[in-house]
Amino acid sequence: MTMLLPRRGLAQILALIVILAADRVVSPQFFDLRLQDGRLFGSLIDVLNRGTPVALLSLGMVLVIATRGIDLSVGAVMAICGAIAASLADTHSLPVVLAAALGAGLVCGLWNGFLVAVLGMQPIVATLILMVAGRGIAQLITEGRIVTFTSPDLVWLGTGAILGVPVPIVIALGMLILTGAVVRGSALGLLIEATGGNARASELAGVGTRAMILAVYVWCGVCAALAGVIAAADIMGADANNAGLWLELDAILAVVIGGTSLFGGRFSLVLAVLGALIIQTMNTGILLSGYPPEFNLLVKAVVVLAVLLLQSPKLSGFAGIMARLRRAKP
Amino acid sequence: MKGLPPVLITAIVLVVGFALCAVQFPNIASTRVVGNLLTDNAFLGIVATGMTFVIISGGIDLSVGSVIGFTTVFVALAIERWGMPPLVAFVAILVLSAAFGAAMGAVIHVFDLPPFIVTLAGMFLARGASFLLSTESVPITAPVYSTVSDFALRMPGGGRLSAIAIIMLVILIGGILLLRLTRFGANVYALGGGRATASLMGVAVGRMTIKIYMLSSLLAGTAGIVFSFYTSAGYSLSAVGVELDSIAAVVIGGTLLTGGQGSVIGTFLGVLIQGMIQTYINFDGTLSSWWTKIATGILLFAFIALQQGLVALARRPAAKRAGAIS
Repeated sequence: MTMLLPRRGLAQILALIVILAADRVVSPQFFDLRLQDGRLFGSLIDVLNRGTPVALLSLGMVLVIATRGIDLSVGAVMAICGAIAASLADTHSLPVVLAAALGAGLVCGLWNGFLVAVLGMQPIVATLILMVAGRGIAQLITEGRIVTFTSPDLVWLGTGAILGVPVPIVIALGMLILTGAVVRGSALGLLIEATGGNARASELAGVGTRAMILAVYVWCGVCAALAGVIAAADIMGADANNAGLWLELDAILAVVIGGTSLFGGRFSLVLAVLGALIIQTMNTGILLSGYPPEFNLLVKAVVVLAVLLLQSPKLSGFAGIMARLRRAKP
Repeated sequence: MKGLPPVLITAIVLVVGFALCAVQFPNIASTRVVGNLLTDNAFLGIVATGMTFVIISGGIDLSVGSVIGFTTVFVALAIERWGMPPLVAFVAILVLSAAFGAAMGAVIHVFDLPPFIVTLAGMFLARGASFLLSTESVPITAPVYSTVSDFALRMPGGGRLSAIAIIMLVILIGGILLLRLTRFGANVYALGGGRATASLMGVAVGRMTIKIYMLSSLLAGTAGIVFSFYTSAGYSLSAVGVELDSIAAVVIGGTLLTGGQGSVIGTFLGVLIQGMIQTYINFDGTLSSWWTKIATGILLFAFIALQQGLVALARRPAAKRAGAIS
């Protein structure tokens, strides 16, 4: 686990604690948990539960960003896979539904990866194509309607509980452990970082950069598919227009808050998920505080700016200014 | 001219596409439809002109849609609630949006941050600010608005060239001149070619970055005013996703997203192609709106793949001759 938490993780953990403390102030029962009908309830559980889609997206996104890429299409992929799951749910068994939805996510990821790795397109543009077209495809699948379903198996994925813990949280945790085991249990993570650090040098050193890039986009697609299925299961329906709308931005934000540079290289899965939780804790806090949700975007913007400035390559210059100020004081 | 082939291809796609539409629906080939096309896409044309400058300089501006939304709300509230004369409100919002863009450019340059994430923060900020101003649609009843929307030049064939379409065309021509004929334009290309190189050539990189994002936000503010003329209302959720439409228009217009190459006229053609797809779908009546998105995505793919091919050919001197033929 020490490998997953680089030294700089401290800032994010502190940020989360500060925001949690602020939430405790605005809502005294924030940390209360209670067990009802075999499922835990409470604001904390709610934060984890609501944060699941973005956390899942950020798991894939962090790997893509580590290769110096970006995936703008994850929101649209969520919509596609949610639409597929919802339209199959009542006529097919759960394994078939899941296989179809995750398969679709895999194909979407493969498409993105093909454009970036094989055709050599810039990641922003390559994934912009699916971002624009994907929502159209999702609407094509649902024929523009909101498809609802009643299949208890799929609904369980969104609202059920295992040992009191809501299923989405279990899935997200499972994916985190699985992804961590795969990329950090092997040299894969290192190779991904090498690809992002300097693709050319890595290629010359014998790293299969194309395969790496293809693999991270595929994984990102699968994570997005899972997030889409959970989002659909949560509301027992698929809304092609709004499912996953703008979540790609939240996922990128989570990764950036988690300290992974948009210029590729070193990444941390745990911190990316922590970033997603920070965003959700903020959202929930604003809701609980009784402020209108309109403040949400403003607070988010301020947080992004703060995090950006802290991570700025020019921070050394800022530190220099601070040092000068300190010297000037006495 | 190196930047010409992609623009030519865009123009051919537009002409062929329009001809195909006209064969199926002869009524499309009328000045009425063309006039409406220009009016409906006026705000997109304006904002995409600014986006062209940003993208040629190697950046990206995700905040433009939110700036449009903020502008419509601000203008509506300023005129209807705060009793500002419309012209004062326009000047105020243009100054405000220019300052907003300048601030984003300054953050990008001073802190050496990726434009993508800085303008993403700008997008949240502007949208959040417009939510704060008002979450409901505010109708604008000022007499200027009815005068402007009534004004139109008659075109032969009964088409109307509306005031906002004229504003768009004027800005478009201004953009072409600015990019092609001025030192500022040359510097934009230089910046897209490489920041270090541009800096060594004597381009004031920081000042240019600030000016470019200022221009983009200023044009987004203008587009917002035009949008408020178009809808006669201010609404905080208006123009959501317009940044994507304008980036798509810029890319379809043959501008390289890596910067250094492109043209405003290509962007205009890109806007017209998107408008044409929409018009075709409206005429057809049986096709659903989502086909617009899918068609735009396919076009995007085709153009980017094409550019990728051209770039690859340009890098291989031996293959250059073959590239010239295609």
